[in-house]
Amino acid sequence: MAVEAAITDLEQLKSHPAIAKLVAWNPASVEAAKFDRNEISIYVERSLIRDACQLLRDDADCPFNYLADVTCVDWFPSEPRFEVVYHLLSIPKKERVRLKVRLDGGSPALDSVTPVWPAANYFEREVFDLFGVRFAGHPYLRRLLMPEDWEGYPLRKDYPVEGYR
Amino acid sequence: MILNMGPHHPSTHGVLRLLLEIDGENIVRIMPDIGYLHTGIEKTCEAKFYQQVVPLTDRIDYLCPLTNNLCYVLAVEKLLGLEIPPKAQWMRVMLNELTRINSHLVWLGTHALDIGAMTVFLYCFREREDILRLFEMVSGQRMMTSYFRIGGLALEPPLGFFERVQDFAQRFPSKVDEYENLLTGNPIWGMRTKGVARITAEDAVALGTSGPTLRGSGVDFDLRRDMPYSSYEKFKFKVPVSQDGDVFARYVCRVAEMRESIAMVQQALDGMPEGPIKAVAPKVMLPDREMMKTQMEALIYHFKIITEGFAVPAGEVYQAVESPRGEMGYYVVSDGTAKPYRVHMRAACLANLQALPTMCEGRLLADVVAAIGSIDIVLGEIDR
Repeated sequence: MAVEAAITDLEQLKSHPAIAKLVAWNPASVEAAKFDRNEISIYVERSLIRDACQLLRDDADCPFNYLADVTCVDWFPSEPRFEVVYHLLSIPKKERVRLKVRLDGGSPALDSVTPVWPAANYFEREVFDLFGVRFAGHPYLRRLLMPEDWEGYPLRKDYPVEGYR
Repeated sequence: MILNMGPHHPSTHGVLRLLLEIDGENIVRIMPDIGYLHTGIEKTCEAKFYQQVVPLTDRIDYLCPLTNNLCYVLAVEKLLGLEIPPKAQWMRVMLNELTRINSHLVWLGTHALDIGAMTVFLYCFREREDILRLFEMVSGQRMMTSYFRIGGLALEPPLGFFERVQDFAQRFPSKVDEYENLLTGNPIWGMRTKGVARITAEDAVALGTSGPTLRGSGVDFDLRRDMPYSSYEKFKFKVPVSQDGDVFARYVCRVAEMRESIAMVQQALDGMPEGPIKAVAPKVMLPDREMMKTQMEALIYHFKIITEGFAVPAGEVYQAVESPRGEMGYYVVSDGTAKPYRVHMRAACLANLQALPTMCEGRLLADVVAAIGSIDIVLGEIDR
């Protein structure tokens, strides 16, 4: 069992094309980055996520034209509590990149990326449904899997596995 | 007029509810309503040890349990940094390709049944039965196999298993000819499928579709070839692509995939390496029964794995495999304990279902049934 230590030094990772592109566009957009187990994660500033996605999608050299997944991780009770995770794929270059946005627990909200990829529609609705994260500019932000009148957000860590009975 | 279709409708392949806004026979708008099969598997995973999650992954997509097993164990193996012996990898490829055929057979049978070709259904289930018997032989279960383990396979394949697979691999190509004789040149089949439920390559990519739904629109992308896992790079196969983007194109892709898959099963049989089926990782893999009864250390490891699991180094991994329906992805986050902090499944069907309105709006009501069949949805995977 050998797992190489993760690289978290942003200076070292700036050679990665996606990070280089984002930093060249707006140095404030990249909060941190991590290279771990051959996968790259980029922490993006909350208010810039939609523009960052747009930029990466329209990149001429390595277009991340495919949104594979959007999900969320709840780090309760630590703050910032939520991490919204985007998995991007470049079909022409066969590369993946993971974008992350950190959100506070109070009233988690960020911009929807549905204008960039219509695929985000169901993914973001699912995150809203199960974590209670709001996506501004989403065309139809309603519960997806749980019943409309459900109370609470089941995938939050303070929600019991067996539910409230 | 608003028309309700489902959730209990035979052609929705499970419990999918569609709200159809129609103008006469024409579809104006489709609103899929899902969640009837939501079981909270992602939440359940967080309360289990890593090895206890494997049986849960079977139940997500009940037509390709082994693909889900594979995707999950690959993700955890990547977190652990485990090296898997070649025989286990080849067995995984072989069983995954059999699973693909199994899933495509159910798809073809039910899809043809929806459109009105009854006979194909019976033919497909005849061969599916053979595959299920193979699964039963190797794992003891027909559908909920749970045959892969973190670090290798659960058991050695039994005596006579490879001969049975060989027998099936020889018979199957002629059976695909039979299905094609019934459908491919059939004028009624052509009228119901050609030019129906079209989607362009741009839309297919933007809507996140994958698998045959994406390749039917002319996007040449297959994870097995382009981002190989579990030694797929050692296999020779073609990726069928069709340019038309209609129901018929997706049908052509899947039938061609069945032929490629059976050829890969044959390659796996011919080149099956000798050797162990489990990685050398006593803290992760349960010891053999014999060792457990004779060696103190093996007994201790067995006891510890069963009672307190094994700790996985902190980190996160996104592992994607090409399931029969498209990109099946597992995002596993570890916080260094014996239970996964978060397991998220990227369901191929969920994204494919999003493409349904684009395919059907402006077309006839009867085409909706053909379109649902052609994207091959499994509601267990959509709702999780």
